Amino acid sequence: MLEILLDATVRAGTPILFATLGAIINERAGIINLGIEGLMLIGALAGFAGTQASGSLLVGVLAAFGAALLAGSVHGFITVQLRGNQIVSGLALTMFGIGTTALFGRSMVGLTIEGFERIAIPGLSRLPVVGKPFFNQDLLIYFSFLLVVAIAFFFYRTRWGLALRTVGENPAAADTCGVPVTLTRFLAVTVGSGIVGIGGAYLSLATTPMWIENMTAGRGWIAVALVIFASWSSYRALAGAYLFGGITAMQLRFQAMGTTISAHILQMLPYFFTILVLAISTIRLQKGASQQPEGLGQPYDREDRK
Amino acid sequence: MRRFTLLALALLLVLPQFAAAAGAKEKVKAGFIYVGPVGDAGWTWAHDQGRKEMEKLPFVEPSTFIESVPEGAESERVITGLVRKGHNLVFTTSFGYMDATLDVAKRNKDVVFMHCSGYKSAENVGNYFGRMYEPRYLSGIVAGKMTKKNVIGYVAAFPIPEVIRGINAFTLGVRSVNPAAQVRVVWTQTWFDPGVERDAADSLLDVGADVLTMHQDAPATLQAAEARGAYVIGYNSDMRSFAPKSFLTAPVWNWGPLYTKIAQEVHDGTWKSESIWWGMQHDLVKLAPISDKVPAAVKQLVEEKTAAIKAGKLHPFSGPIKDQDGKVQVAAGSAPSDGDLLGMSYFVEGVQGTIPK
Repeated sequence: MLEILLDATVRAGTPILFATLGAIINERAGIINLGIEGLMLIGALAGFAGTQASGSLLVGVLAAFGAALLAGSVHGFITVQLRGNQIVSGLALTMFGIGTTALFGRSMVGLTIEGFERIAIPGLSRLPVVGKPFFNQDLLIYFSFLLVVAIAFFFYRTRWGLALRTVGENPAAADTCGVPVTLTRFLAVTVGSGIVGIGGAYLSLATTPMWIENMTAGRGWIAVALVIFASWSSYRALAGAYLFGGITAMQLRFQAMGTTISAHILQMLPYFFTILVLAISTIRLQKGASQQPEGLGQPYDREDRK
Repeated sequence: MRRFTLLALALLLVLPQFAAAAGAKEKVKAGFIYVGPVGDAGWTWAHDQGRKEMEKLPFVEPSTFIESVPEGAESERVITGLVRKGHNLVFTTSFGYMDATLDVAKRNKDVVFMHCSGYKSAENVGNYFGRMYEPRYLSGIVAGKMTKKNVIGYVAAFPIPEVIRGINAFTLGVRSVNPAAQVRVVWTQTWFDPGVERDAADSLLDVGADVLTMHQDAPATLQAAEARGAYVIGYNSDMRSFAPKSFLTAPVWNWGPLYTKIAQEVHDGTWKSESIWWGMQHDLVKLAPISDKVPAAVKQLVEEKTAAIKAGKLHPFSGPIKDQDGKVQVAAGSAPSDGDLLGMSYFVEGVQGTIPK
């Protein structure tokens, strides 16, 4: 049972994980991105359309990445180059995403594709309990594991990662050290958006291989909240995404098993945990342990340096 | 010259109203409020098919639809918007629009409103729905015959009478041919979230269900069944393309005949406020063609039952019906009134699951 539960947890958590990782890259560079929900939808549609047209899932994933990257570059241009309001631009991006995907996706409704299949990793997938949930999954899930580690490595073990974090913490200092602030921020927004797009594509290529309007159903907003829960760390993003995925999976399975626990209590669980998580992160914030980038949400203009 | 222009403008504004008042044969300009996107392949898609069929009438002007309108207060603004733009017939196609529809109707007596799936009405507000429990019952017969493990999974949206009635009718259909079978229910608490629907369907397959059905707006349950080699019964519209190997049949909506009738009545000026609850007899609800995986004998049985329902000889809820606790809810030889059906809040024997209260 635990094995099945963990498996469902990983599958439900993965789209949120990609989205959270992408959002973290944005925010680490100092740019708030509330366009996650829209970017996920763009990724979901582009991924489905790409696979539908080419017959290749890889092409679909690349299309999702590319389309979301392109849409994210609009947010990047407005917030980084033009120093526009990040909140407004992000919300507009979400609305744009919902609208355009509804429009262009109309011809995709009802079409089907072969989605991602499970690929067992020899040896590891035989492990008790953790074998099936973590080592008998599809390629996108394996990619998400790699991405979590790669992002942590990039942030803390590479020069570029240091530059990106500095741009988010104190763009003026970064500028003084010769880091191209505008370019770094722009790249963080676009690449981060592309990764969010892969999260959307997970829904349309693996979870339910089809396109339906608005199929992300609010997962983008969960990702926005998870960034704070994860305190901008990719490892904690993994924990947060699986926590949310796991609670949903658990309450559904308790119901299916026919437990006599009231369905109301089961359905309360996700919200109960949300409150708990918020309380814990707030307490941590008050203790000064916040990892929030200092320059988050502030446009940078060299002329305004103090 | 200026005065002339003004006069002409005023006439232009007033004349159409005179024309409308003078001729009894009104042009019909219909507006639709949808709760989901037309691309949902389910509930809203089915309504939109009905809208398109209605548009074929010569006196119906191109109609308007507004998608994904949130239920509640927001919908009042959207409905008012349609009225302001000159629509004289407005369909509001989700339960949660009921009060907003009545509020707007109070201020716009010259517009005809039709609200789907509610119970309130007014002088210029009618309501309509379909007896979906009839084809649900029939689909239950198919499920009861096709299950081998005698565990059937039901992915359900919200614990409201409409959904409960469907689960009960389906279960009665199942048990009419297979008294040993059980129907397990999982609530998703959402009409539309493909990811959660998929997960709920998987959870039912995990506990051994070999036939699934659902009351949701997305076809995610069908994909879950297809991926795991279980049979599946759809809902809302014929969704067989999502599960070519697993699809058995689906109770589906067919709004066209009703929308056409309403438009015709508004055109003729004969429309009167009423509560329409049509069943298979009027073709408002039906069973999608049954797949060839189902043995001919079962198809034959379903056809006989279909004919009996259409002829009024068979009521899916005719007694005796016991609830989960064994208490008799419908006495032998009687059938529940429409009021009892519309307020149904218990599970019949054979359903495994609880109704959150």
